[in-house]
Amino acid sequence: MQSPPPVTLVQSVRTVPSFHIEPSTRWPSLGLRELWEYRELLYFLTWRDIKVRYKQTVLGAIWVIIQPLFMMLVFSLFFGRLARVPSDGVPYPVFTFCALLPWQLFAHALTESSNSLVGNQNLITKVYFPRLVVPISAVLGGLVDFAIAFVMLLVLMLIYGIVPGWQIVFVPALVLLAVMAALGVGLWLSALNVQYRDVRYTINFLVQFWLFATPVAYPSSIVPEKWRLLYGLNPMVGVVDGFRWALLGKPDSLGLPLLISIVVVLMLLVGGLYYFRRLEQQFADIV
Amino acid sequence: MSIRCEGLSKSYRIGASQDGYKTLRDVLADAATAPFRRIRNGHENSNGHYIWALDDLSFEINTGDLVGIVGRNGAGKSTLLRILSRITKPTRGRAEVHGRVGSLLEVGTGFHPELTGRENVFLNGAILGMRRSEISRKFDEIVAFAEVEKFIDTPVKRYSTGMYMRLAFGVAAHMETEILIVDEVLAVGDAQFQKKCFQRMTEIGRHGRTILFVSHNMSALRSICKQALVIDHGKLVAQGEVNHTIDHYLAQISDDAQDESVETPTFTVTSVEISSESSPIIKTFDPVQVKVRFVPKTEIKDPGLYMSILTMDSQRLTGLDLKDFITTASLPAGEAAELGFKIESLPLLPGSYQLEIHLKDMASGLIEFVPRTFKFEVAETEVYGGRKLDRWFGNVGLRARPLAER
Repeated sequence: MQSPPPVTLVQSVRTVPSFHIEPSTRWPSLGLRELWEYRELLYFLTWRDIKVRYKQTVLGAIWVIIQPLFMMLVFSLFFGRLARVPSDGVPYPVFTFCALLPWQLFAHALTESSNSLVGNQNLITKVYFPRLVVPISAVLGGLVDFAIAFVMLLVLMLIYGIVPGWQIVFVPALVLLAVMAALGVGLWLSALNVQYRDVRYTINFLVQFWLFATPVAYPSSIVPEKWRLLYGLNPMVGVVDGFRWALLGKPDSLGLPLLISIVVVLMLLVGGLYYFRRLEQQFADIV
Repeated sequence: MSIRCEGLSKSYRIGASQDGYKTLRDVLADAATAPFRRIRNGHENSNGHYIWALDDLSFEINTGDLVGIVGRNGAGKSTLLRILSRITKPTRGRAEVHGRVGSLLEVGTGFHPELTGRENVFLNGAILGMRRSEISRKFDEIVAFAEVEKFIDTPVKRYSTGMYMRLAFGVAAHMETEILIVDEVLAVGDAQFQKKCFQRMTEIGRHGRTILFVSHNMSALRSICKQALVIDHGKLVAQGEVNHTIDHYLAQISDDAQDESVETPTFTVTSVEISSESSPIIKTFDPVQVKVRFVPKTEIKDPGLYMSILTMDSQRLTGLDLKDFITTASLPAGEAAELGFKIESLPLLPGSYQLEIHLKDMASGLIEFVPRTFKFEVAETEVYGGRKLDRWFGNVGLRARPLAER
């Protein structure tokens, strides 16, 4: 018999983590500390999604540019030119492109995270890790696309001679808000999607509907004053208006609707986290 | 102490739908009809019933134990591993686990075909819970283990199955967790791959780490593990020293099946017997008879019988083909028949063995495998006159005497 190598000694001296396995609980903790321990997995899964997405397509990163550009052209033609939708005095292409950026970030993140658990079921049934990693990495995967498109927006603004003011420093915070909004909804939908497989068919429909309930093709100023607060319950209203304010200086101020958006996002997110954690305990059995 | 389970139980719902998930439509329809159903049935119980995949399992495993888990398919072995790996929750009971758990329930979980070998090592390592620094440190070792040095920057979709398996197992086998849980992953892959994996697991076991290993490969379990747990119908039925426990388990499963007749498409095999001509028990070097009784369902023009003797680990020791000896007269359909051999001296050392039978009709080229083996024991006696022989002497008895005796 070979004598054990010195490694064993080090291992037995180090305190080993221990844990308890118990039946499902109604009110699990959010497990954020454990999530932090798995941050490297979060990084690798995000990185995998991005890498694979660009590897598998012929045009690769060019798609990231084509998609919003194409939507901008369609919107500019139909809404800007033909329907003469007002654009708060900003050239319509810049006006709509500025809103398309956070919108696409949100829509992409929402769709991806909602389908993420079902798409990663091979992982979920074979390995343990905090399941929250899956929808979060799906949401983060869209940030690279966003960054590329953001550079394009700056180029477009340059072409139109628009210089952003000091408010541009708020862009990261607004991106965070968009990501949190997408995650908040995505957590609910991804967990529901595991339980009820027809949820996925409603996601596209939801995203389309949501696009028109968000001031992407039109300014929020055309919504009548008395409906503004209700309208503000859509967190993307605050995000999109925020983007236009930060980059184009229109609308002049944000005020209450943005505050409502932030509150709604936080409620969605915290509720989503609890709902997710509660259903998480059964994911491996039903996915 | 490494793992302690107390009354661990897990139930699954069966019946209502094969898959776990439902559709929203079903739920809505259910909700709409529920009030009426309740009136009709008195109470709601339309959702199928529950089966207990694990039923009140309690055991302890000490740090550094190498434990094999055996049991029939569906006995609950995988459910137990899934609970201890924290993939799924128990319905009742609890478990305490001391140490990080690395579980390998499948080779190559999370491998992506588009990514290169290098990228997959890091991704898979992260999925298995390794730190990036840990993977970097082990990287060369993993690649050397997998023997894919030249292809490490090639997408794994271009790998051969062997390369893929070696790389995937390599990552998992280099985890530095205190506890390693391995499910039937070695069943896939060729003999060389299996050998490599066994060696690696033996190595891991020597380093004082706890291993839980599910396999149907009894010789692998015997060589890697020191202890074994037997699970049957979700219950723990035995726990103890590996060889003893596995022998007991194997005896159990063949006893359960011994008396029934076995159907093949063309034959009903009513019994397969092996008996000694010189004593009531079978001893090494006894003259023995093997009798296979069966009823052919159609006329067999040129009947044949092929018989092999296997170890309990299903390794083939030897075989006999009746056609090498005689040609048998045709057998009419529906009438009991008997074929067999007289073996002048059975060259098997004490232990459990099994007979595997093929029935044939050489006229039509029909060969049918009887889908069950028939167990027999060679009694423990002093074969060469001295002490009792244990399994280290292998299976085959040799008629021998010392050179000096002449």
